[in-house]
Amino acid sequence: MRFIFKTSYNQDIQLFRDKVDLGWYVALVVAVLAVPFLLSDYSVGETSWVFIYGICGVSLMTLVGYTGLVSLGHAAFLGIGAYAHAYFLEHGMPWVPSVVLAVLITTVCGFVVGLPALRMTGLYLSIATLAFAVIIQEVFSHWESVTHGFAGMPVGPPTIFGFSFAGSREFYYLCLFFLVLALWVTRNLLRAPTGRAWIAIRDSEIAAQSMGVNLAIYKSMAFAYSAGLMGLAGALFAHKIAYLAPDIFTILLSIQFLLLVIVGGLGSLHGAVFGAIFVALLPPLIAILRDGLPASFADLSTSTGIGLFHIVGDAIGNFLKKPGVEAGIFGLILVLVILLEPLGMYGRWVKIRVFFSTFPLYKADSFKRQKSYMKTERLR
Amino acid sequence: MSLFAAEEIAINFGGIKAVDGVSFAIEKGEVFTIIGPNGAGKTTIFNLMSRIYDPTSGRLKFEGQDITRVAPHRIAKLGIARTFQNIELFEHASLLQNLLLARHAHKKSNFFSELLFLPSVRRMEIEHREAVEQVIDFLDLQQYRDTLIVNLPYGVRKVTELARALCTKPKLLLLDEPSSGLNVEETEDMAFWIQDIKNLLGITVLMVEHDMTLVSSVSDRVLAINYGRPLAMGTPREVQSHPEVMRAYLGG
Ligand SMILES: Nc1ncnc2c1ncn2[C@@H]1O[C@H](COP(=O)(O)OP(=O)(O)OP(=O)(O)O)[C@@H](O)[C@H]1O
Ligand SMILES: [Mg+2]
Repeated sequence: MRFIFKTSYNQDIQLFRDKVDLGWYVALVVAVLAVPFLLSDYSVGETSWVFIYGICGVSLMTLVGYTGLVSLGHAAFLGIGAYAHAYFLEHGMPWVPSVVLAVLITTVCGFVVGLPALRMTGLYLSIATLAFAVIIQEVFSHWESVTHGFAGMPVGPPTIFGFSFAGSREFYYLCLFFLVLALWVTRNLLRAPTGRAWIAIRDSEIAAQSMGVNLAIYKSMAFAYSAGLMGLAGALFAHKIAYLAPDIFTILLSIQFLLLVIVGGLGSLHGAVFGAIFVALLPPLIAILRDGLPASFADLSTSTGIGLFHIVGDAIGNFLKKPGVEAGIFGLILVLVILLEPLGMYGRWVKIRVFFSTFPLYKADSFKRQKSYMKTERLR
Repeated sequence: MSLFAAEEIAINFGGIKAVDGVSFAIEKGEVFTIIGPNGAGKTTIFNLMSRIYDPTSGRLKFEGQDITRVAPHRIAKLGIARTFQNIELFEHASLLQNLLLARHAHKKSNFFSELLFLPSVRRMEIEHREAVEQVIDFLDLQQYRDTLIVNLPYGVRKVTELARALCTKPKLLLLDEPSSGLNVEETEDMAFWIQDIKNLLGITVLMVEHDMTLVSSVSDRVLAINYGRPLAMGTPREVQSHPEVMRAYLGG
């Protein structure tokens, strides 16, 4: 167990709790920087998905996890960022201004979509964002002079200040840089008045308002900021996927982002990263199971002589090949997380950490809420 | 000039006249209490004052300025803070964050400086923290600083809400049933704090309260209302023994 003695107010404002904490993050950064030298090219490529999804996670986390506004249309912002960036590159704009413009455009779109948020709450808002996403998808398929419609839009690898990021290693570092940047600025906002205002809106609009928070401004700001980050992710996404088509930016993708923040753990930036790891690595994992499992079960069956293994392996393999299975697995996991670990992967991680730091004194009750009496109970 | 004045304020919800022509003036430095049976319209008066509802008629004045149409988020900056009858804290934030949010009306930083957390933002944050720490010391909340509100017992939440209101540095403090749900000991503490708030901090208090012991021990003047109409006004003793008030409470 580690106790932190606080001797100045600054300590509560720092990015890292103390030197030990900082040490862990430095170690993590070193490890992440070393990954491209340890893994195959393919794995490095897959890992950069984690970073792109990580930015998407940070984006949705500020909106859903911190401001309490649920959007079912964030794939549209990703698409707007991606198409805008691709369009500007196609017209010969250098990389940096192109990304900046793409981010600005999505920010403005987010602001506009956020306007109804001032009047709507809960499910109604979610449905409004859903409608927006559907409309945007139609725009992607019909505005052919910009998006090339279903013919698709090729996007080359990024070249920044004459330096090419075509290799999967270079691209990995580029995505990592932007994820760290997104995490840093978001963390800054969260430890400043803006972030506190968002959290206040999430937990009690009426109290936030009475404390001087202008609900309209802070809600649209949350939407705009979240959309802007999504636009940034979209620009990287465009390079990663190399070929844009309208049917990429579907509702399913929006729901996948929501899954990301819920599985990761609402209300924490760690959760956004954990969720991104999960969402980015689950499809390759399913693919590995799909292709590898039948063969290894067949091996098992021949070596043990039990034919059942062969049948089970084939059944699982065939099941995983069915269309829609991936979405089904995502859905199943979402339900399980909500039922069993509402705080998501980050909540689980905190518990594991406490277990080790208090070992052998850990009590299963440590995370039970202290009984808080409701007014009615006490008046009895 | 009174610190605050309500002139013939009224509001209807559908057919119900929740508040129906109430006038009162609060003098600087006093503790003014509104009493009345359940559903009398006390909380509604608070909601009118914090501009959550628009009055159907009547005017509100604070420090001589007409605030009948001021936006609700500007009220804190003017110097009016409140607590809520059913505690409205930011439950999934720490006590410290709850109190810091109350400094929102005094924030000077803008979005872009916060994005980069410039030294100016840090300086402001430390100033806010110092203001908040004074309130924490005043109400003895030191040990709960980093606790999430959901993990706090009811009594502490009640004090936290009072603390949060104080952190806005108000001139007028609205307390909606500060003692509801508290035990005898906690209610006594609350009475001392209200007196200290008045005497040491010089903050004017407007309170809604059912506990007559608390009302008599801290209030300078009391206004009794029923069905949104004023019944009697005067010292706690006068109002308590007023025949109309007794009838309202006995359900006559
Ligand atoms: N938003 C609203 N919509 C409709 N009716 C309302 C609304 N707010 C209050 N009322 C009605 O106005 C009347 C006064 O309510 P109010 O909450 O002000 O009572 P109160 O004096 O605070 O009572 P209590 O002592 O129970 O807190 C009640 O009849 C209530 O039902
Ligand atoms: Mg009330």
